Amino acid sequence: MQRRTLLTGAMSLGVAAPALAQSAPIEIQFWHGLANPLGGLLEKRATDFNATQTKYKIVPTFRGSYPETMVAAIAAFRANNAPHIVQMFEVGTGTMMNAGRAVKPVHELLAETGVSIDFDDYLPGVRGYYSLADGRMMSMPFNSSTTVVWYNKDAFSRAGVDPNKFPETWEGVAEILPKLKAGGGTQVPMSTAWLTWAQIENFSAIHDIPLATLANGFGGLGTELRINNPLVQRHMAALVQWQKDGLFRYGGRNNAGEPAFPNGEAAIMFTSSGFRARVQREARFGWGVAMLPYYQGTPRAPINSIIGGASLWVMNKGPAAGGGRSRDEFVGVAEFFKYLSNPEVDAQWHMDTGYVPVRRASYAIAKDKGFYRENPGADVPIEQLLRGGGTLTDNSRGIRLGGFVEIRTIMEEEMERAFQGQQTAEQALTAATTRGNVVLRNFERANRG
Amino acid sequence: MRKKVIFRGVALPYLLLLPQMIITLVFFFWPAGMAVWQSAQREDAFGLSTQFVAFENFTDLFHDAIYLNAAWNTVIFSTAVAALALGSALFLAVQADKHIRGAGVYKTLLIWPYAVAPALAAVLWLFIFHPSIGLVGKALASLGVNWDYRVNGGQAMTMVIIASAWKQVSYNFIFFLAGLQSIPNSVLEAAAIDGARPMRRFWGVIFPLLSPTTFFLLVVNLVYAFFDTFGVIHALTRGGPGNATETLIYKVYVDGVQNLNFGSSAAQSVILMLIVISLTAIQFRFIERRVHY
Repeated sequence: MQRRTLLTGAMSLGVAAPALAQSAPIEIQFWHGLANPLGGLLEKRATDFNATQTKYKIVPTFRGSYPETMVAAIAAFRANNAPHIVQMFEVGTGTMMNAGRAVKPVHELLAETGVSIDFDDYLPGVRGYYSLADGRMMSMPFNSSTTVVWYNKDAFSRAGVDPNKFPETWEGVAEILPKLKAGGGTQVPMSTAWLTWAQIENFSAIHDIPLATLANGFGGLGTELRINNPLVQRHMAALVQWQKDGLFRYGGRNNAGEPAFPNGEAAIMFTSSGFRARVQREARFGWGVAMLPYYQGTPRAPINSIIGGASLWVMNKGPAAGGGRSRDEFVGVAEFFKYLSNPEVDAQWHMDTGYVPVRRASYAIAKDKGFYRENPGADVPIEQLLRGGGTLTDNSRGIRLGGFVEIRTIMEEEMERAFQGQQTAEQALTAATTRGNVVLRNFERANRG
Repeated sequence: MRKKVIFRGVALPYLLLLPQMIITLVFFFWPAGMAVWQSAQREDAFGLSTQFVAFENFTDLFHDAIYLNAAWNTVIFSTAVAALALGSALFLAVQADKHIRGAGVYKTLLIWPYAVAPALAAVLWLFIFHPSIGLVGKALASLGVNWDYRVNGGQAMTMVIIASAWKQVSYNFIFFLAGLQSIPNSVLEAAAIDGARPMRRFWGVIFPLLSPTTFFLLVVNLVYAFFDTFGVIHALTRGGPGNATETLIYKVYVDGVQNLNFGSSAAQSVILMLIVISLTAIQFRFIERRVHY
């Protein structure tokens, strides 16, 4: 803590000093939450931008995990020392949207600085997540991903399952799990990371059923959870049963379960498309990527999945009136965003990291370069985001719940109890709904004014 | 023999006290006062709108099943940690007090764990208990035990108790050893001459004479289990699975730092502050009187 204070102190000195020396560039603080190797790749974008001009200097700083970065930025704002740009994970979006004068909405930033970015070219799922109901952008989309299926082709072959075709439906998955258990040669047939993001949030989106009322919270703060519905109940009950039968293993919260895939313990893993770099580096077997399965007979399923990852938010310096930023600083931020929106830059970011391209133009560039021929399956996440024609419904636009970090933890806690056999899946969803709604009401109350 | 120093004025003594007073005010009273103040408020994460709610944060807590669960977890956890750490430390100290070869090495090794940072200790335990990479975890799995602390709350609790107790054994060991060595030999010899066997000598003579040390350590261990075990829990289970290993101190972190619910978090800190005040009061009242240094 002490060191952090000193560090921020030192940084604010760094901001103040250039004002004296006129030739020195204007420093723009950029806090991010990506560890290496992704963090290094992100910082390279800042360095590259700095090399294109001399007026502004983006100073990227790693602030720990996404939640830690979020907390650090909020604490800095309260201490009148917020960074210009903060990378905020998607679950923090609801909180940031309601942050009032703490944030500078991107549409305002662009209007005031006269810089333009062609948001019409952005993937609808990406744009929808970070914009207001009327389409005005609130934050700058940057690293987006979505949940996909990673599967071990060698294990599939051993079990006598077609390794080139992952089942499209959950019924199909249920059929192959016992085969994988019997002959796949892995410890467990299936596991998942991001239990709620993969198996509840994206599950609801692709089946076109609501996670919460008021269009998953896009329609206002009065939203209530709707996860306790027959389809989610059915799916959670299946997971609990499979866990009991040794066909599925809950691997822990967030992405703690991920290593079980590259080290060959689990034949099937549900996790982020951003997992690609790690699988490429570590997996000693043939692997494939597939779209999320759905339950047969669900009307309108499957449609597009929703994104995860993070976006960049512009922050005012502190709670004092006026926000404490100069026009020059905002111009610097806008120019940096414009640079990031360049399809060439975005396509390279996509190819380096496994995050999806946020623009159609960047997707086309990656295609032209033959990236998907050389990396089969790398286009699966993008195709999945465009599944069902790419027109978003109220259920597939995204999720905008205040206190969503806490709600996710609640869902995980209740499901963990179900996996321990302390309650049924239905009881878990009922309890999660009740507890989650308390969080939503508290958030509504704290942010009404 | 107490030496009395008499100052001529009042300025100098106050001046000498000042640095300590400032530190106490700035680092203890001010934050504690802030916590009390904040516990009566409810505000958004950014501090842009604040509402005075008096005791609502407290009443909410006592109606919150998750909070009561955390309180119960804390009772089980602290009792088990204190019992395990005290019991094993006493056993080891009694063994180390005997005349054995290499006693110095043995003592040094026992004191070592105290120097290990909690997070590191937790990682060491992770390498032992992790179901897929841990030594014991793998061995248990091969014996057919369904060991997975990530889904089994009882196993998770057992693991954090063992890891937390292990850290505290060294500290207890030092005190017990010192306590044992300060028991006069003549008393033990007298008991031996009267025909008391080793077990009887231990329970009849040594244990009662050690009781001030034991009582002091009991309070210290409880305070440790209440407040210093955050690192171990955070690194091993993060309070899960479910809320099986979520203790009061861990919940302060979850609500304050993760969920940005400052009002409730502050209210919980105030409750913890009251607990530590009463533990300290007990310690001063009973221990300071009985122990003769």
